[in-house]
Amino acid sequence: MAFLTSFLNACPGAIGQGLIWGIMAIGVYVTFRILDVADLTVDGSLATGGVVCVMLLRANCNVWLAMLIAFIAGALAGLVTGLLHTKMGIPAILAGILTQLSLYSVNLWIMGFKANQPVSVDKYNLLVSQRYVRNFKDLSETLAGMEGGKFKYVVGLIFQNPIIVSLLFTVILIAALYCFFGTEKGCSLRATGCNEGMAKAQGINTDNNKILGLAISNGIVAVSGAFIAQYQGSSDINMGRGAIVIGLAAVIISEVVFGKIFRNLGLKLFAVSIGAVIYYIVIQFVLQLGLRTDFLKLLSAAVVALFLGIPYWKGKLPKRKKAV
Amino acid sequence: MLEIKNVYKTFNAGTVNEKLALRDLNLTLNDGDFVTVIGGNGAGKSTMLNIISGKYIPDSGVVTLDGLNITKMPEHKRAKYLGRVFQDPMMGTAANMWIEENLALALRRGARRGLKWGISNRERALFKKELAKLDLGLENRLSTKVGLLSGGQRQAVTLLMATLQKPKLLLLDEHTAALDPKTAAKVLQLSQEIVEEHGLTTLMITHNMKDAIAYGNRLIMMDDGHIVLDIAGEEKKNLTVKDLLDRFSSAGGGDAESNDALLLSK
Ligand SMILES: Nc1ncnc2c1ncn2[C@@H]1O[C@H](COP(=O)(O)OP(=O)(O)O)[C@@H](O)[C@H]1O
Ligand SMILES: [Mg+2]
Repeated sequence: MAFLTSFLNACPGAIGQGLIWGIMAIGVYVTFRILDVADLTVDGSLATGGVVCVMLLRANCNVWLAMLIAFIAGALAGLVTGLLHTKMGIPAILAGILTQLSLYSVNLWIMGFKANQPVSVDKYNLLVSQRYVRNFKDLSETLAGMEGGKFKYVVGLIFQNPIIVSLLFTVILIAALYCFFGTEKGCSLRATGCNEGMAKAQGINTDNNKILGLAISNGIVAVSGAFIAQYQGSSDINMGRGAIVIGLAAVIISEVVFGKIFRNLGLKLFAVSIGAVIYYIVIQFVLQLGLRTDFLKLLSAAVVALFLGIPYWKGKLPKRKKAV
Repeated sequence: MLEIKNVYKTFNAGTVNEKLALRDLNLTLNDGDFVTVIGGNGAGKSTMLNIISGKYIPDSGVVTLDGLNITKMPEHKRAKYLGRVFQDPMMGTAANMWIEENLALALRRGARRGLKWGISNRERALFKKELAKLDLGLENRLSTKVGLLSGGQRQAVTLLMATLQKPKLLLLDEHTAALDPKTAAKVLQLSQEIVEEHGLTTLMITHNMKDAIAYGNRLIMMDDGHIVLDIAGEEKKNLTVKDLLDRFSSAGGGDAESNDALLLSK
């Protein structure tokens, strides 16, 4: 019983974290599933987003502008990977590793060669903070004794909660991506990922599309990093380590759980976000069972490896022939 | 309209796997020509088409299309002039995308792709009309993933994609070879209808000598990286498979082995 209460108590935190990292997972989905490229830039660009946002906030920049610049910084990182891959013929995975590595130095540089930089919610106007992840209690109490003038206060409380804010942002992001991938450009990007030869035969500049896709993906990842830094109240040079594995885990969980029901791209992207939430709830559960946090990365990698292997094993089973 | 002049192409130059795939290839197509291409395995037929489409760049020589030098033009840029159907039904379509999405992509070949919606309702109506002509029942399956179609259906869709935006030149590379005989005949007949309807200049590689004789107004035979026979007009109409084999030997092309290869696939 004590176990259950403390687990349930930890759930809002897991959900908040899951939704925020889910934004990153959506970025990973864009490259991994739509563009069919395994992009390892992510570990670096996530930190870049966090670092850029925090440093700008500390310089008293408006939080929305800081997020926008974080997006651009991440997109630039993706652009570099894209150029290394398409213009220099470096395999995508290696190109991503190179960018990721170089971003370590760049991120340190941005932080003034410090390994981390705080950004307190008391001093700065942040979009999300871990502190308010359980403010539902305040909210319900306020609602219970609500009088006329309190409406504004309630709205303030609602938008103080990081779960609400990140959920709202996720929905807007998914809507934007859904529209983009329905446009001529977006369709040509999907074709590039699905069948490059066909895309070229249809006059599509596949190199440019890969660069664009990598830029969009890493821009989204960086925005997620910016949220994460605000949520935890600091940016850290190592905050992106293993991010790609979490992203892949979220994508794979979403496909295992929702693959059969969700066919529409918007729903698939939403499933990825839920996948990240499930990931963090499971992690929370395992931690409550008494696993050392140090083993988390090993556990995540093992789970992802297992699920990545399933389609391969399935392919080895004898298949029924398709009629021509 | 298409002119290939003194084209050479070697693969893996300087290695033990060095292979001279095209040697001094010369070919001129006239507007409206429907040319069938035959030749043994490894004769360089596909390489010739890939040189035209830009998948490979020749080591030397010139390719011009309607007076435009396209020898080194990137593949995606010259795609607007070319319609292509490949041997492998998987190659011509995006399997994860719907039929209408594939067609919409093809309709925009050569056009700038911006942030306009990817398909319009007017286009859907056009796709329905065109799919109905294929007579495969696909006109009611616009939002079916192409990956769920059979090989023959996919080739038919690819053929439609290749010609939706009328190309200057249609390139068919053994596009019925992977299909069962009945489906192959159907797709071949569709190809013929589409070529005639639009008066398309066409290069069609086939491994089937009878088809090579039955279709088109001109027949070329390749061997060892260049053209060894070029027959057109009345002469082609009266051609028989036996003639073709005799002419092939006397053209100096081919040893007994490649003759067998040709015979086997007649
Ligand atoms: N990408 C490639 N790399 C190496 N060798 C190739 C390549 N493409 C074709 N070849 C070789 O060039 C020769 C001609 O091939 P191809 O044009 O495909 O013949 P076919 O007439 O059967 O279509 C063959 O010997 C083939 O092995
Ligand atoms: Mg071939």
